[in-house]
Amino acid sequence: MTDVSAPNGVGPLAHKGVRPPATDAGFPHEPSREGADPVLADNRFRVFLAEFLESRVAAAALAMLILLVAVALVAPWVTPQNPYDLGSLDILDSRQPPGAKASTGFTMILGSDGVGRDLYSAIVYGLRISLFVGVMSGVLAMLIGMCAGLLAAYTGGRTGALILRGVDLQLSFPAILVALMLVALLGKGVEKIVLALVAVQWAYYARTVRASALIEKGKDYVEAARGLALSPARIMLRHILPNCLPPLIVVGTVEIAHAIALEATLSFLGVGMPPTEPSLGVLIANGFEYMLSGRYWISFFPGIALLVTIVCINLVGDQLREVLNPRLRR
Amino acid sequence: MTALVEVRGLTKRFVKRPDLAGRIAGRLGADIRAETVHAVDGVDLAIAKGEVVGLVGESGCGKSTLGRMIAGLLEPTEGEVFFKGRSRVRLSGAEAREARLAVQMLFQDPYASLNPRARVETIVGEAPRVHGLVPRAKLAAYIDDLLARVGLSPDEVKRRYPHQFSGGQRSRIGIARALAVRPEVLVCDEAIAALDVSIQAQILNLFMDLRASLNLTYLFISHDLGVVEHICDRVVIMYLGRVVEMVPTSELFAGPNHPYAQALLAEVPRLDARKRVFEPIKGEIPSPLDPPHGCHFHPRCPHAMPRCRTEAPRLKAIAPGRLSACHLNDA
Amino acid sequence: MTHPVTTQVGAPSPKMLEVKNLKTHAFTKRGIVKAVDGVDLQISSGEVLGLVGESGCGKTMTGFSIIGLVDPPGRIVAGAVRFKGEDLGSAGAERMRSLRGDRIAMIFQDPMMALNPVLRVDTQMVEAVQAHRAVDRATALALAHEALVQVGMPAPERRLRAYPHELSGGMRQRIVIAIAFLNKPDLIIADEPTTSLDVTIQAQILHEVQGLCRKTGTAMIWITHDLAVVAALADRIAVMYAGRIVETGRAEDVVERPLHPYTRGLIGSVPSHNRRGASLTQIPGLPPSLIELPAGCAFHPRCGRATALCREEPEERAVGAGRHLRCFHPLVEALS
Ligand SMILES: Nc1ncnc2c1ncn2[C@@H]1O[C@H](COP(=O)(O)OP(=O)(O)OP(=O)(O)O)[C@@H](O)[C@H]1O
Ligand SMILES: Nc1ncnc2c1ncn2[C@@H]1O[C@H](COP(=O)(O)OP(=O)(O)OP(=O)(O)O)[C@@H](O)[C@H]1O
Ligand code: SF4
Ligand code: SF4
Ligand SMILES: [Mg+2]
Ligand SMILES: [Mg+2]
Repeated sequence: MTDVSAPNGVGPLAHKGVRPPATDAGFPHEPSREGADPVLADNRFRVFLAEFLESRVAAAALAMLILLVAVALVAPWVTPQNPYDLGSLDILDSRQPPGAKASTGFTMILGSDGVGRDLYSAIVYGLRISLFVGVMSGVLAMLIGMCAGLLAAYTGGRTGALILRGVDLQLSFPAILVALMLVALLGKGVEKIVLALVAVQWAYYARTVRASALIEKGKDYVEAARGLALSPARIMLRHILPNCLPPLIVVGTVEIAHAIALEATLSFLGVGMPPTEPSLGVLIANGFEYMLSGRYWISFFPGIALLVTIVCINLVGDQLREVLNPRLRR
Repeated sequence: MTALVEVRGLTKRFVKRPDLAGRIAGRLGADIRAETVHAVDGVDLAIAKGEVVGLVGESGCGKSTLGRMIAGLLEPTEGEVFFKGRSRVRLSGAEAREARLAVQMLFQDPYASLNPRARVETIVGEAPRVHGLVPRAKLAAYIDDLLARVGLSPDEVKRRYPHQFSGGQRSRIGIARALAVRPEVLVCDEAIAALDVSIQAQILNLFMDLRASLNLTYLFISHDLGVVEHICDRVVIMYLGRVVEMVPTSELFAGPNHPYAQALLAEVPRLDARKRVFEPIKGEIPSPLDPPHGCHFHPRCPHAMPRCRTEAPRLKAIAPGRLSACHLNDA
Repeated sequence: MTHPVTTQVGAPSPKMLEVKNLKTHAFTKRGIVKAVDGVDLQISSGEVLGLVGESGCGKTMTGFSIIGLVDPPGRIVAGAVRFKGEDLGSAGAERMRSLRGDRIAMIFQDPMMALNPVLRVDTQMVEAVQAHRAVDRATALALAHEALVQVGMPAPERRLRAYPHELSGGMRQRIVIAIAFLNKPDLIIADEPTTSLDVTIQAQILHEVQGLCRKTGTAMIWITHDLAVVAALADRIAVMYAGRIVETGRAEDVVERPLHPYTRGLIGSVPSHNRRGASLTQIPGLPPSLIELPAGCAFHPRCGRATALCREEPEERAVGAGRHLRCFHPLVEALS
């Protein structure tokens, strides 16, 4: 190899005017051992996906989840009725069994509820709200928890201890109880529920991030970054954080499922979403009174939708944990 | 001539506080104290520019701790580190940063010492970019140059992630990252121990080339005396946190002075000493939690005298450029 | 030069172990890992054979294959292992179990792999004796005590009553060695037992093992990547590269006059006395992946002597007394 230092003296060591050492014969041109290996080849994401899809159950759950999200996203175009538009509801259509014709002519394949909403449309819209609440509170809680956890891990000392106490305190109360109190205090509405869910969930994320950040912090690459005089903020955000993401993603999926369930519970108890904008929980609650009179579908179908959503998210989360946790790898 | 790096009376104690259960038991009268490890105990050492100093000793004797304090990664409990004659704790701002960048550490585990989620170009280029060591426009060329210097071909490696390299290549990336901030001193903490035998030679040769071309100064921590003998000018031997002998390499291998150094040398298996009968040091290795009084080595020393049990020997010059801490030298 | 008191190579002594064309492959999703790919070995009683090679070249897998402990996805696909004339390949699982720990012992790299953390040392040692011999507990305990004394353990009574975690790494490794020698086996396979220890303890253990083998006539395979250790300890050396033995011979012959370019490279890369400060001979490139071995001589991409011929497979051939080689262009100047 000839002189490789940059011509205009930008070479790192050009100020010392030295020759670079000879490159050992052939060495850099050999493909690395792993590079030659098909599985470790460049595309990490493909490998990841392949490993994820190894489990049939997880693959099916993921497909189902994608379908649910897609349907929720395009709700107005795949439903015969807008269940929020109270004007379009007809009281004569209420409590119809699955397959009945609505007064405007379409078939209510899953029947209708107590105020004449087409149940299928209501479920799709409800799913939309449930997913939105779950994801939104998940993301916000994750952001807050991430910052708190990172700070707690990196600073240690008094700030760290304070954050840790906060987390412990939060985790020692049952989530549903805290959420109930908060919603009772704040009132109904999507943003209030999200707020309440964030308030009860940030601590899970904080704990997870802190635990993995503490492990990462002890590794040599963080030490090396400190040796390079990089700022603590930079080390936390650019070096430690990206390496804490895998466990965070796993916890994130589980907690989103948890948030959806919490929201449904709150709505079921009548303190969550208003009856005019029914989420899955509200739908279940509405149908509950008809359960004994044989009109099972009003509660049953929203319940199934909720169950399938949560189970799918949890299955995906389990498989993520499986794939992302190197210790479980062979 | 002032030394490039000098440490005076450097001491590091790790205090392991009892956990909650221990504290409660302690309150109730159990004999549970905070345990103190004297990892490094009053070390004086001066390293001149361009010198390669080897640091050897048994596992747990405080080599890494000393190296990390010299690299500024660990605050000493007592004592000071001087860089170019100025105490590091008294520097601030840009000067402190410069002093820190001037001493870079290379780690034992080439896997753990690279951020797994950064590309090679980021790993190498981040510090010079953040510190503005090179103009942005020239950063790419700078990185390429560094990679080529450590024997990697830039175009092939710079977009890849650490997990896509072999151990030896990862070591090279670590070296490039350190060189990127134009250090004057490299503290190599067992930097080749984790590599395959045939790759160790490649990296050792790289170290020596870099030394010649960049006039680098090394503190070379190793338990492999063969390697130390090969590349070091001077060897510092530690035992349980203290320096017991400090000696030019050739003199050490011609005849070690301190009984521990003698034992250490006698035990190294070497290619040119075959079919020898091993004669181990007698006695157990003492715990750093509870080091023996007097000379730390006395429970294992074949020459121990009554005085050794009570009085710790001081590190004294026994020949020009050669120090040893043993009461035998007083006789 | 002092010669070992062991059997000379080439003398018509009974072979303790004969391995012929052993192939152990691991069938993984990434492909077939040819971890052991045609290994031949012979060991006489009282002999110490050093098996040297770089990380991942198949040393441990060879050891496991001999004692029949290959786990899936690994499988022995070809070859024969004869122990004192008995074909271990056709021996059943029951027979292997009774041989292991009795006539053949293995010392693992990590002592905690062989020690049960929740049982006291004496319990484990007594169990190891009673598994193979019908003796009462007192006799077994006496044997255990004797074995600990043999490996130079200070205060053996106290150590017997200790749990493994109460002992230092060096002491644990010595207990494992004592257990290996407990039933006076005919063959011990030691897999890098000193790699994780520091030189002072390593020397102690080498000392003990050396003495025990001399005294008891036990044959031993000492697996390591440290040439200096086997040079000091072994009677014969087998150098392994990418699943094959590329060179075998008496320790002094191999170290002083290596014939295979890889052996020469390995020896050249060990820093030594007389070349202080000089550049080390380095082997260019990297060890190959065992999934996609280079065709022919697996060393040819890194070999300075390689020619077109080396894309063919070199057969193992005998060169001189007890010396075997797999290379088309050995370093002949070393032969004379
Ligand atoms: N962060 C820490 N907290 C508590 N004790 C520590 C810490 N770091 C090191 N020690 C202790 O200090 C002593 C010296 O450790 P050090 O890592 O410097 O040894 P070393 O000479 O580098 O050993 P090795 O050769 O095994 O790397 C050891 O007894 C170790 O247990
Ligand atoms: N269970 C397994 N599945 C797949 N591959 C395996 C398995 N066990 C070992 N291997 C592969 O077989 C090869 C030989 O492994 P082995 O453990 O024998 O190497 P070694 O020479 O003992 O190395 P080291 O010095 O690192 O211990 C390696 O490439 C390893 O990756
Ligand atoms: S001071 Fe005494 S115990 Fe210590 S090394 Fe010298 S002779 Fe041995
Ligand atoms: S056979 Fe050829 S390539 Fe292989 S070691 Fe011999 S000379 Fe080198
Ligand atoms: Mg260390
Ligand atoms: Mg092995």
